[in-house]
Formats: sequence, structure tokens, C-alpha cells
Amino acid sequence: MPTKPAGTLYRGREGMWSWVGHRITGVVIFFFLLVHVLDTSLVRVSPEAYTAVIGAYKNPLMALGETGLVAAIVFHAFNGLRIIAVDFWKKGAKYQRQMLWVVLGLWVVTMVAFAIRHLSLALGGH
Amino acid sequence: MSATEIQSPRSGQIGGKPESGKIAPKYRRNGSSRGNFEMLAWLFMRLSGVVLVVLIFGHLIVNLLVGEGIHAIDFGFVAGKWADPFWQFWDLAMLWLAMLHGTNGVRTIINDYAEKDSTRFWLKMVLYAASAVIIILGTLVIFTFNPCPVVDGVQLPGGFCPA
Repeated sequence: MPTKPAGTLYRGREGMWSWVGHRITGVVIFFFLLVHVLDTSLVRVSPEAYTAVIGAYKNPLMALGETGLVAAIVFHAFNGLRIIAVDFWKKGAKYQRQMLWVVLGLWVVTMVAFAIRHLSLALGGH
Repeated sequence: MSATEIQSPRSGQIGGKPESGKIAPKYRRNGSSRGNFEMLAWLFMRLSGVVLVVLIFGHLIVNLLVGEGIHAIDFGFVAGKWADPFWQFWDLAMLWLAMLHGTNGVRTIINDYAEKDSTRFWLKMVLYAASAVIIILGTLVIFTFNPCPVVDGVQLPGGFCPA
């Protein structure tokens, strides 16, 4: 009688989901980067063009968007360091699961701190 | 070594010293034409990744978290930063490393999901063209930036001009 396949080391577990998260955040960051180089390039058009377009980043909706973007960047950064540890540290593969929880813990702490500072600046009186 | 023993891919030629690190010829995957480009790309992702963590975290702290944060960002803010070669170099390194890192990442994703040869080829050509445009544009902007732009002898408003 066929039985449900036993769990694997990778599929559906921390290893796979961290890979999914790394891919999605990577693509999001890449497309923002294209836009960000273009908007910064407006300094070469005129001071007013740049200041007008950069002003679009300074509203409450964009403040949330920026926080989301930074959340993607911080996850990609910390998980990237974990991938390097898995590849180059002798015990990296053995502890990859524990390292993912460290990544997520540091990510939460960093994002709480960033969100408090950035949102109070961006949404605060001005 | 008995004949029935299964040979590990890295055990070298039959009868070779185990764990020699040499890959048996039949398991070698890199054709001669590709060289070790994929290995170098893999290594580049790790090296550039570490540097980018420092560059981008520094960028976010200085631009968003210090002082007034995002409200301070306008033409004068950029002019002030790029008056210093330190920030010109910082931003140039960030531009090149992030674009090459991102382009190689998207290249990997295209190779993974686009199954038709022609689709894969054209997606990568679009990717490379877009990346080249952005890298060249960004580099030119950093090096030809003028804090006091003048058009037809008239200073543009908002510029940082010497009195």
C-alpha cells in the first residue's frame, strides 16, 4: 500500500522556504534598484526635477513602501550571510536551520528599530 | 578497491587516492567553452554580497535614519554628498556591485524558469541591455554631476551655486 512520502531534508522545510524568500526579495530589490538609479539620475536634468520626483517618496503610503523595501533588503542581506556560512563554514550545512532562526530573529529586531525611526520621521510633523 | 564498490564522483580515476579532490572525467560538467564562468559567478555573488551589506546598510543609515531622515533628501543633499570623493566612490561601488549582483541573480532565475531556448536567450538579452544602460547612466551621473547647473548662461533654480 502506497504511503505518504516521508519528509525530506529540504522540500517544504526551512531550506526551501529561505530559498524562496531569497529569490523573491532579490527580484523586488533589483527592480527597485533600476527605478532608483533612474530617479537619482534626475539630478543631472535639473535640481527642480530631482527635488520634485524625490518628493514623491515623502508621503505616508511611500513610507510604508520604503519600510517594506528595507524589510526585503535586510532579509536578503542576513540570509545571504547565512548562505555564505552554509557554503564556507565547515559546520554551516549542519546548522543551516538554526542559522535561519537567527536570521529571522535579527531581521525582526532590525525591522522594529528601523520602522520606529523611519515611520516617526516620515509620518511625523513636517 | 573491489570491483563492486561504488565510486564517488570526487574519488579521481579508478584506483586513485580517495578524497583527492579531483573529479572523475565522466562527472565533469563544465564543457571547455564555458570555462569556469559559473564558478566565478558563484564566488562573485558571495564576495559582492558581503561588501553590499556594508555599502547598503551605510547608505540607508546615512540617508534615512540620521538627522531629519528622508525629509532632508533633496538636490542639495545629493550635491553635498557628491562634493566628497568618498561618497562618490561609495555610490559608484554600490551601483556597480549591486547591478552586477542583481543581474546575475535574475540571469539565474531566467535560466531556471524559461524553458524554451529562444525565450531564455531573449530574456537575457533584454536583461543585459537594461543593466548596461543603468550602469553606464549611473556612472556618468556620478562623475558629470554639477551642483550648479547653468543653461544658456542662466543658473537653474535650486542649484548650489557659489555666491
